[in-house]
Amino acid sequence: MMKRIVVGIKRVVDYNVRIRVKPDGSGVALDGVKMSVNPFDEIALEEAIRIKERGLAEEVVVASVGPADCQAQLRTCLAMGADRALHVHSDTPTEPLTTARILLKLIEREQPFLVLLGKQAIDDDNGQTGQMLAALWQRPQATFASKIALAEGKAQVTREVDAGLETLEVDLPAVVTADLRLNEPRYVKLPEIMKAKKKPLETLSVESLGIAPRVHLRTVRVDPPPQRQKGMCVENAAELVAALKAKGLLAS
Amino acid sequence: MSAAILIVAEHDGSTLATGTAKCVACAATVAQAQITVVVCASDAAAVARQAADLQGVHRVLTVEHPVHAHPLAAAIAPQIAALAAPYTHVFGPSSTFGKDLMPRIAALLETAQVSDIMAVESPRRFRRPIYAGNAIVTVEIPEDAKVVGTVRTASFPAAGTGGTARIEKVAAPAEPPPHTRFVSSTAAKSDRPDLQTAARVISGGRALGSAEAFQMLYRLADKLGAAVGASRAAVDAGYAPNELQVGQTGKIIAPELYVAIGISGAIQHLTGIKDARTIVAINKDPQAPIFEVADLGLVGDLFEIVPQIEKLL
Ligand SMILES: Cc1cc2nc3c(=O)[nH]c(=O)nc-3n(C[C@H](O)[C@H](O)[C@H](O)COP(=O)(O)OP(=O)(O)OC[C@H]3O[C@@H](n4cnc5c(N)ncnc54)[C@H](O)[C@@H]3O)c2cc1C
Ligand SMILES: Cc1cc2nc3c(=O)[nH]c(=O)nc-3n(C[C@H](O)[C@H](O)[C@H](O)COP(=O)(O)OP(=O)(O)OC[C@H]3O[C@@H](n4cnc5c(N)ncnc54)[C@H](O)[C@@H]3O)c2cc1C
Repeated sequence: MMKRIVVGIKRVVDYNVRIRVKPDGSGVALDGVKMSVNPFDEIALEEAIRIKERGLAEEVVVASVGPADCQAQLRTCLAMGADRALHVHSDTPTEPLTTARILLKLIEREQPFLVLLGKQAIDDDNGQTGQMLAALWQRPQATFASKIALAEGKAQVTREVDAGLETLEVDLPAVVTADLRLNEPRYVKLPEIMKAKKKPLETLSVESLGIAPRVHLRTVRVDPPPQRQKGMCVENAAELVAALKAKGLLAS
Repeated sequence: MSAAILIVAEHDGSTLATGTAKCVACAATVAQAQITVVVCASDAAAVARQAADLQGVHRVLTVEHPVHAHPLAAAIAPQIAALAAPYTHVFGPSSTFGKDLMPRIAALLETAQVSDIMAVESPRRFRRPIYAGNAIVTVEIPEDAKVVGTVRTASFPAAGTGGTARIEKVAAPAEPPPHTRFVSSTAAKSDRPDLQTAARVISGGRALGSAEAFQMLYRLADKLGAAVGASRAAVDAGYAPNELQVGQTGKIIAPELYVAIGISGAIQHLTGIKDARTIVAINKDPQAPIFEVADLGLVGDLFEIVPQIEKLL
């Protein structure tokens, strides 16, 4: 069987965009906003490509659940070095549990030895999909990875946890979610973008995978966060220390 | 209807993490909550006592198994899922422990998770941040579904002590899978206050330029009894270890005093300090976005200012 890695890709609002909450509280204004591959997914994909370049995998398949537009992000991934793309068409956003169910169907079809996801999508910031997928698949998870070392049938994964770093050994296949320091993704070169147009991109429907999306969470409203008041400036270190003392912030 | 809330304790084998006390405080804001804390450990006695001492806790369950010597999500999740039936809510802290574990529990229970709960509007309605805290969404879970959630610890005070919950030992309901094994951890033991709970934090950015320069911040922090934090740029450059990163993908903190030194104030960084009481910024660029949120700003060269402050303290 082909040694394959599946990478989950989410189309999200670019991290440089300053988003605006709609005045009617129905959501975030997304019209005409620049969209990109979720930064953590780019890192996950870079890792998959490097594993393949080291000869430890034969094929990298990227998969995204979303509207037709997310094919643009999948093309970017093909240009980065993925071999093949799967697009599961959904015009309505899917909750992490539904996304995980869909990804599981793709995994059952593709039989990867490793599934790489981002540790969180920077729009909804849920950070759930990888762990849910691992649970449904009844396979190990190693979240927030900053290093992956593959051995026969196993992986040692170093994780960024609150206390520092933790290393786990997991049997493969497993789900690993990428943290920021796993690697630095490569830049895509123009010829690669041209070549990527010829790479296979298959579109599937959610129904064809036998999944009925369930809605567990109802969005009641979306509000802007409370704004901090702009403060004042002091002229020098002595004034700063005096101001902090006056506020009682230096007393022990 | 009363709410039966199960909280998964975070601990290191001997000490209960503050995040658990914050989950208890969050759970206590749910109307008519009956709060149970569950401790999965190889030897749960010490941690269970600390949990029983938290105000608002009605009951502490202990699940002992050698594999729980380390907090493996794949091992803990099936235990909690097996215990969850009588509960309406299952909560854990929004630390790396809870973020790793809780979605795995939610999936086993076939329910959605509410990540980073910052406020409870009703037993089934919660507020949580999205887009790095640039929007706050209110979500509702239908009556027939269990509520699984992580609690944004910076949004809640720690529950007080002096409680008298009873402790009950339960036989491990699930046999943990052998596919995931703990190898090692480099938990840096430090005498300094913990970044996540410290009242004061001195944080440095790319402008520090070296790990040696960061020592200047440690000296200042020691004088103030403060913890040290860092921007992602400072961590990526190797000036500070990763566990000091503050922000969307680092730690979310709520100190009384946050001093940002040579940090520009990118939105991903500001996410981590939205709940700080007083923000002080020292930056040589008067246009730096950090000044938009700072209560006190000082424009100038940090390499001159920081030593001056140190002398004045
Ligand atoms: C306009 C809009 C309205 C929304 N309304 C709602 C709503 O009413 N209720 C609600 O619950 N949610 C809503 N969402 C959120 C949407 O359902 C999220 O996509 C979903 O919750 C997934 O969460 P996440 O992206 O934070 O996943 P995370 O768990 O943070 O993602 C982690 C990783 O999983 C993988 N992944 C995630 N999503 C995909 C995907 N689609 N395809 C492939 N891989 C993926 C990626 O590798 C990613 O890095 C809305 C989103 C939008 C844009
Ligand atoms: C998905 C994603 C997640 C991210 N998560 C995080 C996160 O969790 N935390 C985080 O911090 N960042 C995060 N970032 C990175 C973030 O976008 C910024 O790049 C980062 O915060 C910048 O760090 P900085 O302020 O130290 O560096 P810079 O932006 O380079 O700022 C340095 C500042 O120092 C000032 N300066 C220079 N010299 C001096 C001097 N001698 N004296 C005084 N001031 C001086 C400059 O004027 C400048 O304002 C994330 C980015 C992405 C894409």
